[in-house]
Amino acid sequence: MAQALPHRMTRLTRKLQFSLNGVIIAIPFYWLLIFFLAPFVIIFKISVAESLIASPPFSPLFDIAHNGALSVHLVFDNYAYLWEDSLYIKTYVNSIRISTISTVLCLLLGYPIAYAIVRSAPTTRFVLLMLIILPFWTSFLLRIYAWMGLLADQGTINNILIYLGLINRPIRLMYSEFAVHIGIVYSYLPFMILPLYANMEKLDHTIHEAAADLGARPFTTFLTVTLPLTIPGITAGSLLVFIPATGEFVIPDLLGGGNVLMIGRVLYNEFNANHDWPVASAVAIVLLLVLVIPMMLYQHIQSKETNG
Amino acid sequence: MGKKPSVFLFSMLCFGLAFLYIPMAMLVVYSFNHSKLVPVWGGFSIRWYRVLFESEEIWSALMLSLKIALLNATFATVLGTLAGLTLARIGRFKGRTLFTGMITAPLVMPEVITGLSLLLLFISLNSIIGWPSERGMTTITIAHITFSMAYVAIIIRARLAGIGQHLEEAAQDLGGKPFRVLLDITLPLLAPALVAGWLLAFTLSLDDLVIASFVSGPGANTLPMLIYSRVRLGLRPDINALATIIILVVAVGVFIAGWLLLRQQQQRDRNLQIATTNNSDLSRLNNKDHHSHDRSGDLPQHQGDTGTPERPSRR
Repeated sequence: MAQALPHRMTRLTRKLQFSLNGVIIAIPFYWLLIFFLAPFVIIFKISVAESLIASPPFSPLFDIAHNGALSVHLVFDNYAYLWEDSLYIKTYVNSIRISTISTVLCLLLGYPIAYAIVRSAPTTRFVLLMLIILPFWTSFLLRIYAWMGLLADQGTINNILIYLGLINRPIRLMYSEFAVHIGIVYSYLPFMILPLYANMEKLDHTIHEAAADLGARPFTTFLTVTLPLTIPGITAGSLLVFIPATGEFVIPDLLGGGNVLMIGRVLYNEFNANHDWPVASAVAIVLLLVLVIPMMLYQHIQSKETNG
Repeated sequence: MGKKPSVFLFSMLCFGLAFLYIPMAMLVVYSFNHSKLVPVWGGFSIRWYRVLFESEEIWSALMLSLKIALLNATFATVLGTLAGLTLARIGRFKGRTLFTGMITAPLVMPEVITGLSLLLLFISLNSIIGWPSERGMTTITIAHITFSMAYVAIIIRARLAGIGQHLEEAAQDLGGKPFRVLLDITLPLLAPALVAGWLLAFTLSLDDLVIASFVSGPGANTLPMLIYSRVRLGLRPDINALATIIILVVAVGVFIAGWLLLRQQQQRDRNLQIATTNNSDLSRLNNKDHHSHDRSGDLPQHQGDTGTPERPSRR
């Protein structure tokens, strides 16, 4: 009894484990397949359909003719339209430019902050981290709204400048690219600081002493030791800002108005105001193609971090 | 390591914190403004809070948002935990690469793309199988679950990687059946991550505007949708009052969570100190012993290494 039973139990356990694993995998897998992957197939399908004034407002991709033959309509007109209308290309380029500048600003501001947090005493460090995370838990929309109050023509900043006598008339801050940069940096700063912090925290600080002992000045140490070692944090933080900022809708809509062209806003309007679903889908597919390399890079870093 | 942070670092830190908090402080200040024009000070008043509480639109939007957030957080935690278990504990299976891709992609996918693609899915499903017959709470909840479960999965995976597999293996060696091991060992060990994941999913849902606006139908307005429709026309003092309440609730929540975590950390530091001052070998042995017996008690203390700083960093 003592010999046979454990053996059989192991086999039974393995079998049970196998079916349990199957269930564990299947539920999230099929959910994502239906609600994450399938939508992309559909969006691609609609992007190669013709726009119709009907409901739904696009031509079917498959048609079964009277003789039973299946014909497939693939219309690349929507993509050609994006290519020919210079507005779209300009908007894509502009979105990438704005989100690149904002990402750099985020890094310039976030890097010293993350470094300062890492170098403070443990309890202070904890409180500072909490302070960085707190805004993240409040409403994103309301944080953008806060800047509307600050940047408006009659807003706080203009009022203060006029009160100080620095300007006579309100200066235009709202509905400009400047406002959009502020909005992006403000909303995405925690996304930059936290990966940087996680990276810096792991660094062995004795290497700085070693560099100093060998006669390196602080700035040289920073350039040749700290900076290269924090590249993973810089990359992760920058991607976490750059990717969502490129497709951002709320910030350019509320702070940029009609003056700042960004693709997220164009897509939203194409869909909601113009009801041109095929063009909106094509805009989305192209945006996805633009972002696919940074996204894959991010995924690569993520998997390296958890496996290695 | 220079013990005192340099003047430059200190001033950048102050500037950063001022940058983060002054706009929110201004929101709060102007919520008590009597004037209808937000930036013009007209004396202290709580008039806009009254306007806010009397607005039926706000209440119904808030209720809808809370309902969606509760459903979303619960389902996303279940699905995300299963996905996290898959990523951390189940080695190879067919479609693993696809699975990993589908879990990490929603984290960085621009909201406009997710929103549009899900709406087109719902419309296609409706024309093929007749469901969902109308868009509203159900479709918004499904959309939210789909992206929040990815965040939960990342948190769960990080936690599972952090606690290692030896306790589960030990339980299995002692004859625990897989399901029992999952229920009695793995899930209790995951408790802090489950709470964190649930809370994150809850806030993500409450915060979402773009995806909800895409997949919602006529009549179903979540709170962010209502706020958006009002603020895009300009500044509104009642929205300032609403923002103040939200900031207050979040600040109290974060403060309590922070206090609990800090106390836990200090306790851990103290334990560590005691352990190192005693005979090191003996204390290591004691610790191990303590480990395997203590399941439900204060396990998070031993396992909750680098609790907060690490978790959000993976977002």
